[in-house]
Amino acid sequence: MSAPSPTILKLPDQSTATLPKKNFINAEHGLLSWLLTGDHKRIAILYLISITFFFFIGGAFAGLIRLELLTPQGDLVSSDTYNKLFTMHGIIMVFLFLVPSVPATLGNFLIPMMIGARDLAFPKINLLSWYLYIAAGTLMLTAMALGGVDTGWTFTTPLSTHYLNTHVLTTAVAVFIAGFSSIFTGLNFIVTIHRMRCPGMTWFRMPLFVWAHYAASILMVLGTPVLAITLVLVALERVFGIGVFDPSKGGDPLLFQHLFWFYSHPAVYIMILPGMAVISEVVSTFSRKRVFGYTAVAFSSVAIALFGFFVWEHHMFIMGVSNYSALVFSLLTMLVAVPSAIKIFNWCFTLQQGSITFETPMLYAFGFMGLFTIGGLTGVFLGSLGMDIQLTETYFIVAHFHFVMVGGMLMAFLSGIHFWWPKMTGRMYPESLSKLAAVVTFIGFNLTFMPQFILGYLGMPRRYHAYPQEFQVLNVLSTAGATVLGVGYLLPVLYLAWSLKYGAIAGDNPWQATGLEWQTQSPPLTENFTEIPIMDHEAYDYEWLEHKTQHEVTHVG
Amino acid sequence: MTQPEQHFHDPSNITNPEHASHHIVTPAQYALVFASLLAGTALTVVAANIDLGVFNPIIALGIASTKMVIVILFFMHVKYQSHLIKATVAAGFFMFLVLITMTLSDYISRAWGLW
Amino acid sequence: MDSAIANTQVDHDTAEHEHVVLPQHRHHFATEEQQREAGSFGMWLFLLTEIMFFGGLFFAYLLYRNWYYDAFVAASNQLSVPLGAANTAILISSGFFMALAVWASEVRKKAMLVVFLILTILFGVAFLGIKAVEYHEKYEKHHIPGASFDASQFINPSAYGLNEKPLPPDMAQKTQMFFFLYFAMTGMHALHMVIGLGLLFWLLARAQKGDFTSGYVAPIENFGLYWHFVDIVWLFLFPLLYLINRHPLAH
Repeated sequence: MSAPSPTILKLPDQSTATLPKKNFINAEHGLLSWLLTGDHKRIAILYLISITFFFFIGGAFAGLIRLELLTPQGDLVSSDTYNKLFTMHGIIMVFLFLVPSVPATLGNFLIPMMIGARDLAFPKINLLSWYLYIAAGTLMLTAMALGGVDTGWTFTTPLSTHYLNTHVLTTAVAVFIAGFSSIFTGLNFIVTIHRMRCPGMTWFRMPLFVWAHYAASILMVLGTPVLAITLVLVALERVFGIGVFDPSKGGDPLLFQHLFWFYSHPAVYIMILPGMAVISEVVSTFSRKRVFGYTAVAFSSVAIALFGFFVWEHHMFIMGVSNYSALVFSLLTMLVAVPSAIKIFNWCFTLQQGSITFETPMLYAFGFMGLFTIGGLTGVFLGSLGMDIQLTETYFIVAHFHFVMVGGMLMAFLSGIHFWWPKMTGRMYPESLSKLAAVVTFIGFNLTFMPQFILGYLGMPRRYHAYPQEFQVLNVLSTAGATVLGVGYLLPVLYLAWSLKYGAIAGDNPWQATGLEWQTQSPPLTENFTEIPIMDHEAYDYEWLEHKTQHEVTHVG
Repeated sequence: MTQPEQHFHDPSNITNPEHASHHIVTPAQYALVFASLLAGTALTVVAANIDLGVFNPIIALGIASTKMVIVILFFMHVKYQSHLIKATVAAGFFMFLVLITMTLSDYISRAWGLW
Repeated sequence: MDSAIANTQVDHDTAEHEHVVLPQHRHHFATEEQQREAGSFGMWLFLLTEIMFFGGLFFAYLLYRNWYYDAFVAASNQLSVPLGAANTAILISSGFFMALAVWASEVRKKAMLVVFLILTILFGVAFLGIKAVEYHEKYEKHHIPGASFDASQFINPSAYGLNEKPLPPDMAQKTQMFFFLYFAMTGMHALHMVIGLGLLFWLLARAQKGDFTSGYVAPIENFGLYWHFVDIVWLFLFPLLYLINRHPLAH
């Protein structure tokens, strides 16, 4: 199948590159030109700044959690404060970072460019989505400043409705609004991908980035409203004492769990699919090969989205659901492993006999593939009924979803940010420093979360601020790892900010990648293309790119 | 730049399933739909007053579903829309059914007890 | 905010824009047809989210009706079928005039469009009026769930002159669940009506200026989709809440 790649790697000489005089960044000036913009690229930048801000707030909570767990005694914070710390960490990271991370930044920036459109279908709704995000973030910060919330990010009833006197309502409203922000992003993507493709851009010529975002958008549109109604019912129960989830009034708390996880399981695919989107692009570009099994990878995204709606009960195995139903959901859960494995295998076959180079995005992508595989496989453990009873609500599950979300999604996010940084800003990041950051992140990550698998297997429960003496060694390792990880995340912020002014000028296509977004200037013009392109080749066609480049050279000569 | 949409006659919506030529429903058609919806309302009230045992809810929901289909097809113009819109509507009801049936799989079998 | 796009100095082939006649045409769409179809597709996707939003409530109703069948029967029989049926007819009429408004906009008849929009509003307000009457009756009978809820009518129906089967006290308390779902579902539906009426006034004001009778139908058309969706929700609420419990099954 995989014949030796015909493409000879020849990256362009960047010393001759110049910054274009006109681009989307300097098209207009002033704060208002950003706050009232309809340009998808500017909105992407607004999103990038906002989610980075919330990432570090959520990260600060994580740091405090790890600091508390350094010693077996609860000596840094009280147990109530600890409950608030992990709750705020979870809510901020899930709803304000992971869900919008890649779609709202990279997806927003790139999808119109990749399909040859001037903008998303609804620029105003796109901007509205950012304002909703900011409103949600502000409310969340308000709740935090007023004393926080300690329900856990899952808003579990009847704890959230009857027993807590913290800012559950404010937080629920914030999550409700953040949900609308996510719905509008997803809706915009779906309409754009269906309606705005340039001539010749058939479905099977689209980059896999777009396919995965399409699948994630379907999940956003169909899943999020169920979370919305669930939160409305929780709020009504808290305020008016009505009893849909209250057993003393005949309600069923498990109904809350069903409705909540009907969204929140697909939500993990909302978080991971855009990460997979990034990896497909990066792996292909730095192997200089078409993604192996393009069609299979494209459909595996859709399959993940579809299967994602049939497995939610695996979060509820120990909650007293029916055994028979649990069996069905357990088997369906195994099914999701198939499309995920298709992706991993196809990326590996893409690497095979490719002209691989190890630029920073590729390092992060390798990190993703390894860590996501571990995270995914431990997910199969947890999907098995017997194992789940032993492992759920322990640090095993904490390690599992951090491997997928942090090891997977965050690696993919950083990979994508580095990969498209030259396109977004027109400047290169410092290569050696960023490689260091990638390695530091990888080491720090493993040091943080590997011990947690063991802790969980040994039976340390999650969500407690104190633990028996014998778990201390592994917890110290984990806290040390978190410190390294923190450095790994701070480094990119510093050098990426530095590169805005001092980075080498990137040129149009520094990686010699094939996507339409790379065939225009960096940073792009306000409406992306001077002339709507015509897609006359397949996606990831490196021969086409080479011929195009040769063609250009003869013109100049 | 020529634009990509193809404007030749494509009644079965095969060559470009995302596009349908625009169709205006006439007031006479709307009046017919309106009359059938009112008739359906009268019918469901009458049916509710007759004791039909287990069929009472089935008939009531059947009539409601029929009315819904009429509204979707004509008031909301889905009959004249592209395959894309039709598939979108179908996807909504499919997911609604998934929510209901998969959740019910727990509630129905919970009382069956242990293995 | 689209001025950001309009103000850019990018030179486009002017021939490309020969077909552009509407001021409402957004620059990033190649054609008006593309814009119109994108708008209606976006509206449909929004309606999908609405289906799932109401879906959670419908499932809760399904579940608790099966769990507390006797309570749901007794509580449901407290609702007035004539009022519910009248409201159904009123809402269908409102939807009918909305459909005619779309037609008037398409054939560019401004006076008719305005009349149809006003009729849509009138019937919508009438629906909410009747709903308010029904809510008030629940208030008087202490059937609003919460501290003031009174289940004695269901425990001892003959004292209230009702020909119903008396319920044991714990089952009678479960009528609260019916009334809670009744208020949540009809309340959420009424909230959608109120939002819709607000939008209708805005559309009416713009229609009077002739905005929608020069070929720009999209806002009327897309609002019509929303309004008909709200109708459809009621088409199911009416039988579920008012009708299907009239002839309880003997256990």
